[in-house]
Formats: sequence, structure tokens, C-alpha cells
Amino acid sequence: MNAPLIGQSIKRKEDARFLTGAGQYTDDVVLPGQTYACFLRSPHAHARIRSIDTAKARSAPGVVGVFTGEDLAAAKVGGLGCGWLITDVNGQPMKEPPHPSLAQGKVRYVGDHVAIVIAETLHQARDAAELIAVDYEVLPAVVKAGDARKPGAPTLHDDAPDNTCYVWSIGDKGAVDQAFSGAHHVTTLEFINNRLVPNAIEPRAAVASYSRADDAYTLYVANQNPHVERLLMTGLLGLAEHKLRVIAPDVGGGFGSKIYLYAEDVVVTWAAKQLNRPVKWTAERSESFLSDAHGRDHVTKAELALDKNGKFLAMRVVTTANMGAYLSTFASCIPTILYATLLAGQYTTPVIYCEVTAVFTNTTPVDAYRGAGRPEATYVVERLVETAARELKIDPAEIRRRNFIREFPYQTPVALLYDTGDYEATLAEALKVADVAGFDARRKDAERQGKLRGLGYSTYIEACGIAPSNVAGSLGARAGLFEAGEIRVHPTGSVTVFTGSHAHGQGHETTFAQVVADRLGMPIENVDIVHGDTGRILFGMGTYGSRSIAVGGTAIMKAIDKIVAKGKKIAAHMLEAAESDIEYAGGTFTVAGTDRKKTIAEVAFAAYVPHNYPLDKLEPGLNESAFYDPTNFTFPAGSHICEIEIDPDTGQTRIVNFTAIDDFGKVINPMIVEGQVHGGLAQGIGQALLEGCVYDPETGQLLTGTYMDYAMPRADDLPSFKVGTRETPCTHNPLGVKGCGEAGAIGAPAAVINAITDALWSRGVRDIEMPATPERVWRALQTKPAKKSA
Amino acid sequence: MHAFEYHRPKSMKDAVSLLRKVENAKPLAGGQSLIAALKLRLASPAALIDLGGLEELRGIKLDGGTLNIGALTRHSEVASSKDVAIGIPALARLADGIGDRQIRNQGTLGGSLANNDPAADYPAAVLGLGATINTNRRAIPADKFFTGLFETALKPGEVIVSVSFPLPKRASYVKFRNAASRFALVGVFVSESAGTVRVAVTGAGKDGVFRAKNMEKRLGENFSAEAVAKTKVSPDNLGSDVHASAEYRAHLVNVLAQRAVAAAVAGK
Repeated sequence: MNAPLIGQSIKRKEDARFLTGAGQYTDDVVLPGQTYACFLRSPHAHARIRSIDTAKARSAPGVVGVFTGEDLAAAKVGGLGCGWLITDVNGQPMKEPPHPSLAQGKVRYVGDHVAIVIAETLHQARDAAELIAVDYEVLPAVVKAGDARKPGAPTLHDDAPDNTCYVWSIGDKGAVDQAFSGAHHVTTLEFINNRLVPNAIEPRAAVASYSRADDAYTLYVANQNPHVERLLMTGLLGLAEHKLRVIAPDVGGGFGSKIYLYAEDVVVTWAAKQLNRPVKWTAERSESFLSDAHGRDHVTKAELALDKNGKFLAMRVVTTANMGAYLSTFASCIPTILYATLLAGQYTTPVIYCEVTAVFTNTTPVDAYRGAGRPEATYVVERLVETAARELKIDPAEIRRRNFIREFPYQTPVALLYDTGDYEATLAEALKVADVAGFDARRKDAERQGKLRGLGYSTYIEACGIAPSNVAGSLGARAGLFEAGEIRVHPTGSVTVFTGSHAHGQGHETTFAQVVADRLGMPIENVDIVHGDTGRILFGMGTYGSRSIAVGGTAIMKAIDKIVAKGKKIAAHMLEAAESDIEYAGGTFTVAGTDRKKTIAEVAFAAYVPHNYPLDKLEPGLNESAFYDPTNFTFPAGSHICEIEIDPDTGQTRIVNFTAIDDFGKVINPMIVEGQVHGGLAQGIGQALLEGCVYDPETGQLLTGTYMDYAMPRADDLPSFKVGTRETPCTHNPLGVKGCGEAGAIGAPAAVINAITDALWSRGVRDIEMPATPERVWRALQTKPAKKSA
Repeated sequence: MHAFEYHRPKSMKDAVSLLRKVENAKPLAGGQSLIAALKLRLASPAALIDLGGLEELRGIKLDGGTLNIGALTRHSEVASSKDVAIGIPALARLADGIGDRQIRNQGTLGGSLANNDPAADYPAAVLGLGATINTNRRAIPADKFFTGLFETALKPGEVIVSVSFPLPKRASYVKFRNAASRFALVGVFVSESAGTVRVAVTGAGKDGVFRAKNMEKRLGENFSAEAVAKTKVSPDNLGSDVHASAEYRAHLVNVLAQRAVAAAVAGK
């Protein structure tokens, strides 16, 4: 019998291949006769296309094809769609303007796709793209969410004359307004949640081929959910699903940006058949900046009503969310379903109202990015709570304790039903690890050296593994939210696991193998995980929203149960015992109370060489699959405490301590979980201090389109994190797991900004915009705002 | 990048002759700016004349009161040179803080000066030390060399051979990095030598590196951080962009100059 594997920090199985350069990414795929594509992109944020002259490009050396939006329209290639229908406050469907894969009539953001040039070499394709003459009538652009609905703002889409996709709300406005009118204190904040560029280390890439032999396509693509890509793509191209195989091989990071069906994927797939040649496209980093779906970009006014003891009475939030120029695949549900529903946080706020206006602007489309709505919600809640604590002179930890949810299950006023949690426990642990008791002394030390110290909290909650499908469907989801898994026990007892969860940095090949090896009682070396191929995996909804272990892992668990159940039948036959007397543990089927047993390898062998086998009652083979649709979200939560030090001469903020105590439910591999938390924290801290996507407000040009101008967090921007976990197992999945991938990015921004505003509070500063650059901090220190009347 | 011809001459004479003969040819030193510009198709010279084969452009020599550094000397060589550490330790530290390790192992002094990026470090040292740029034709004093954004006094076919730095009594360089590029958002080089104080500022000027002459005057009277603190820096000729306003840059010039003077006084 093996030692338990669940809970062990086993080294990652996939790292041998990654660290020795044996990974196979999309750009590594080379097919016979392969051609190379270059996309001509719009240099303007908003322009009418008067004409496109491709003649010179067509006759340039090596060029095998040039296509524009007209070609796609003539071929009746459909537009890119949106996977979630939001119904607005008047019961009307959201506006879904056409989103052709190559622009038709107009371009609507810098980087919008105008034409594809395909040539024998990449250089030839790029050279030829420069020969395309586009006659643009440049139109005025609008880039800021707050400007999109102003009178006189340029209109992007005829279907949405006021640039409004929808106005949506949740919660009881009447009850909220009433609670505010009688409140002892109201804390009000207005802020921007800054737009971010995802920046996965591997740029997006696609290699498409078409086989005349079987009239079918194969697409290799850097993607997080190949089955969803296939479903959407076949719809656009009018294909049956079995005619397209989507393979997402090794993928170097996604953070949400590789969930979606992108124009490039569609065009290269379509073009592969037109040319009867494989077509490869790999984004340059500048293209990633321009065309990967961005994240966040909210403008919000948020209010919290409190009684004199600091009890939260009501919350009112009004947000404008920037959708960019078109609706990306899941754009519409991010600032609604995954944002407003999280506004209860960890607290018993009895009534909450949130109104969200989603607008179109001449910018890159915005969609889910690590956290997706939940970082924005956490920022609203945790900034309000901390500011209220300071205004009421209540300790920020204490005001949280006074409002924590303590009884579960807990129904929030914004639709979610929390199954379990212990917020007090993570906070108590975080206070200890962060040595909050010693903070005053450290602050005084810093003061003596001319520095300003601050401490900020963020006790966040997130909802992962969005579910169940029928409820999501009633809220507008156009896809299922289940996951599929398959266990194939081979004749000598080794196992291949097929999962619809895609791994692109999360370490699934280890974590999932741990679960299977643990439950089947075999060495982890005997278990391999296969993912990312619609040709090998029965189905899958892919990886997003920290769902893989909770949803994909549970599907695998269900398949394991089926394997064990069938194994018992086979073992009962082999051992000449009643099936009900067979027990399974540690890789062995045993007749209860005896030493008569068969290993799973012996049972598997019998299943495939069924000489002594109940063929009349049982099919041969040991291969089982399962679909799992969760009954509820999971609710990871935790306490982050950030300690910063500011140099008032330059405004530079340094993070001196960052503590994250998280409750992810049962942890399968603590090392991998810690790595996920580190990465998430780096991205959250990046949002708070460094990253800001800036467009020129007049021209709509992306001003932060390279690493020279867009500041990504680096190792020396970050402290050595202090992380830990507390476990309250999820109540509705068999592993008790909740998910950990996004937590760091969700909790960290509020903790950092709360720390900075703590440091500056005595200087009259109440808020600072993200990213809190040295100049912003320095300016905040120069201007003394008028004292707010309480 | 666009296609281009590539030449690797073996002598300065051949290099200069190629630069004269081949139309739209560009000399290539360490390539840390030029190659990136080529890859982004922001530059498309017809030919690159790689100076990497010219051994006479390399090396560091401490000669009496002057430190001579060959134009093709890498940043990492300057950073680790004993002669630089003895002669102008502030220059060694400056070189050690340029870019990242790969850039320091490849980038060169001459390449950086000829490119004259407004946020580069070396121009501050050259101007702040009153160095002389020796080319294949003449000796150009630092004060005459930097003529604007990415502009220098170099004529077509003129190649930097070496730079002669007079040894200061004391000097220091302090930079505040741009969080994204890690170039200087503002960098201030301060030196004092026999009665002369120089303060050169990089990263901040609209037209590239410049001398803060009002600071030099005050420091000439009293070489102390306090003297700098009382000097106003006008934002008028400073750059304003997505990273920092001219006003903030002006403030940083003052703060960094104070720190540089304090460090020079402390011998750091």
C-alpha cells in the first residue's frame, strides 16, 4: 500500500520536459508545406475603410494568399460571438454588434484585423503586408469608459447608438436606499479599476491545416479550452464538429486571455482550406499587447452604510465597465455575474444594490483576466471596509470581525450561497504571521529614517467553478459549465487520465495524477494525464475561473468511482465472492475479513484478457468516463496583509511584507498551491503598483504597447511572500477542494492600496489611483485635500 | 526586420570606407538598441557595418590623469575593470547598473553614446565628467557632442574610437528607474574636480542629456546636498510622458542631485 499522495508537495511531473526544452508549444508545430501568416492591423482607433488595394501584396514574392473582410463575407464566415447573454434592466437583450474576424466597413481599435497575408516565409508575408494600401477615413475615437455615453461621443456600432451594451442591476434598490437614509455613517469612494494587459509568456499562436482526404481540419492553438474553441469555431465556419480537431498542446500561460475564440484562429483555419496548405500564425509581442483581450477597466462609485458600531447596513455600487470595441467571448458576464455577485465579500451586509453599465469604446476588447470580476469586486468591498474603519476609528481587523459571516450555509443578498468558510481563522493566522502586533514599532522606526509605513488588509472571497449549468443558463450562459474526465486502466495496471481541464502552467499533470494515484493506490509514475486535444478527450469546458480541481478533478473522481465499482465486480468473480463483500483500498480488492485479494493490475489484466471473466454480465475492458456538473460554486477565501514603506522624497513604494493566509479547502499539492499564490500575488501587486494600460485619449493609440512602457512586476519589485493555508473543506465535492489559481490576484490589489492609504492617512490622503506609481504617491503627498465632512 | 546587407570589416579604414560607399549603411556596435529597432521594423538600413571585428576599439587604460575607454568596450568590462574602479568608481557603478546582465555583456560605450538615447546612463557620465569623445577624425568635447534626442555631433562616416575621461576628485551617479523599461526616469551624475563642478542630467530633458548649471554654480560654492536642496529646477525644458510629468521629473532631479552629492561626499 502506498503512502497517501494527496497533501504531498510532489515535484512537478511536467517540469522535466519544460526545463529541458522538450515542451511542444504551438509555434513548435511544423507541418509539411506550411505557410506563414501576417495580419495587417488597423493603425487607427476608429476609421471607415473606403477601399483596400491588395494587388501589390498579391504579386509580392512568395505570397500565396491575401484575404480581407470582403472575402470572409462572401464565403459567409460568421462573426465572433459572445457566450453569455445579459438581459438589461428593461428586460431587453444586450447589444451584440457584429464582430467580423476581418474588418468589414470599419475598424474600431488600433490592432483591429484588416487583412491576412499568407506567404512561403514569414518575412515575405510581413513585407507583402506593408504593400497593402488601405484608404481610411479617420473618425473621432472614444477610449475611456466614462466618456462613452457622453453626448457627442462618437458611435462605434450602428446597433448601439449610445455605445451602450447593457445597463444591468442586481439587488433591492429600494431597501438599500432606505438603509442608507437612516445610516449613522456613509463611506463613499470613487475609483478606477485599471485596465491590464495579460502578458502570458507565450504569445498566442495558431497552426491550421485542412485534409482533402477526410474533408477535415486540424487546428493547433495556444488556448485554454480546446472543446469550447471547437464548438464556437465550427459554428462560425458552418462545419460539423467532427470535422475540426483542436489541439492545444503545451501552452505558456493564459490568465484568461487564451479562453476566447480569436479572429486570427478563425481566419487561419478558414484560409487553410482555401489554400490547401497549412497556415501558421504566431503573435509578436506587440500584437499581443494590441489584440489579446485586456482585463478590468471599471469606473466605480461605491458607498457603504454603517451603524455607530461599525456594522454594515447596506452597500450601493454603480459601475461603468469598458467592453472595448467588440464583445469578446465572455466579456458580458465578467462585470455582472462574476462581479456584482461578489459584493457581499466575507460580510453580513444585509442589502446590496449594484448597477453596471457596459460600454463600447475604441479599445482592445476586454474579457476575463486572472480573477475576472472578482478582483474588481474585492477592490470595491475591501477599500470601502478599510476606509470606513479609519473614518470611524475602528481597528480594520476589528471592523471585519464585527461583520464576518459566521454561520453556513449563508445566502448573500446578491445571489450566492456560501457553503462553508472560517474567516476569523484566516484573519487570526494572518495577523500572527504578519506580526501586526509589532507594526507600530516598525512604523516608528521607519519614521525615524524619514519613511512612511502603512499596513493594509484584504479579506477577500471568490467564487470558483462557476455552476450549476441550469442556473447559469437561466442567467444567460450559452454554454454548459460541467467538466468531463476519463480513466483508462491499461492491461498491466498503468493509467491514462483524459481530462477536459487544460493545463498551461497550473501543474495539473502532477496534481491530477496525485489524486488518481492516491485513490487507486498506485505509484504516481503509473499515471499520466492527457489534456488539450479534442481528438483524444471526450469533452471538456476547459480551464478558467480556478475551476480545474473542483470541477475537472471531481469528474475524474466520479470516473474513479466507476472504475472501482467495475473492478469490484471483476474481483468478486475472480475471488468467487459476493460483490458486496469486496473492499477496495490501496490498489487492492479484498474479500472483507479475509486475506483473499487481487491487485488492480490483476483485475485490469483480467478485464482485457477475459478468460476467467463474467462475460455474460460484464463488458470486458477497464475504461470509464464521467461528466460532472457542480451543484454550486466553491468559495475560496482568505486574509491578505500588506506592509509597505514609502520614500516621501520620491513617492516610491516598497512592499516590505506580504502575508497571505488562504482557505482553498483541501490542498492536494501544497508546493504547487504556493506557486499559484505567488504568481497571483505578483499579478495583484502588479496591478496595484505597476501595470496600467494607457490609451491616448484623443487618438486611441496604445501608449503602453511594449515592455519599455508597460511595467510588469519583476522579482525585485516583490517581497519574499509569507503564505499559508487553513482548510475548511468544500461541502459539495468529494475532494473538498475549492481552487487557488486566482486568489492572489483577487486579494492583493486592495491590500496594497489599503497599506498605501494607511501610510498617507495622517497626511490627509484618502485614496490613490492604481497603479500607485511614485509620481501619484508623490503628488498625493503634495496636495492636501480639504478635510471631508464625516 | 527587413532584409539588409551585413559587413564585418577587419580595419577601421575598411569600416569607414564601407560606411561611405554603401548607401544607407549603419554601424553596428553591441546592437542593444539597433537590433531591437530592426526587429520592430522601426529602422531599415540597407546595410549593417559590424564594428565587432575592430580590436583597436576595445580596452581600458588608466593613463596619468585620464581614463581612456575604447568605444567597443562592453558595459560589463567597464563595471568590472580595476582601472575604472581606481580612476572613476562612479563610472564603474554606473556601468554595472545599465539594463540587465545580457545587455551589459553585449552593449558598448560607443554604441550608447552614438545612439544618445535620452534616458541612457553613459551620456550623463560623459557630460558630467567633461569627457572627450575621440573619433576617427577628431576629438569632440562632451559639451559639443550631444545635440538632441538621438542626435550627436557625429558626421556621416564618423565613428567613435574611444572616450577620454579626466579623473575627478569625486563623483557619483544616482538614478531613479522607469518601472517598465528600467532606463533612467531621471539620472543625475555629479562630479567635482579641481574647482569645477559638473551636474549632468539624463532621462529628464526634452532634448536629452543636459547640464544643470545653476546647481553647478551653487555646488561650486558649497559642495553639499543642502546647497542642491535650495536650487530650483524648472520643469520647462523637461519631458512629460506616460511615465512622468515634467514637474515630477524636475522634483526628482533635485532629490537625486542631493543624493548624488551626498554619496560623492561620503565617497560612495
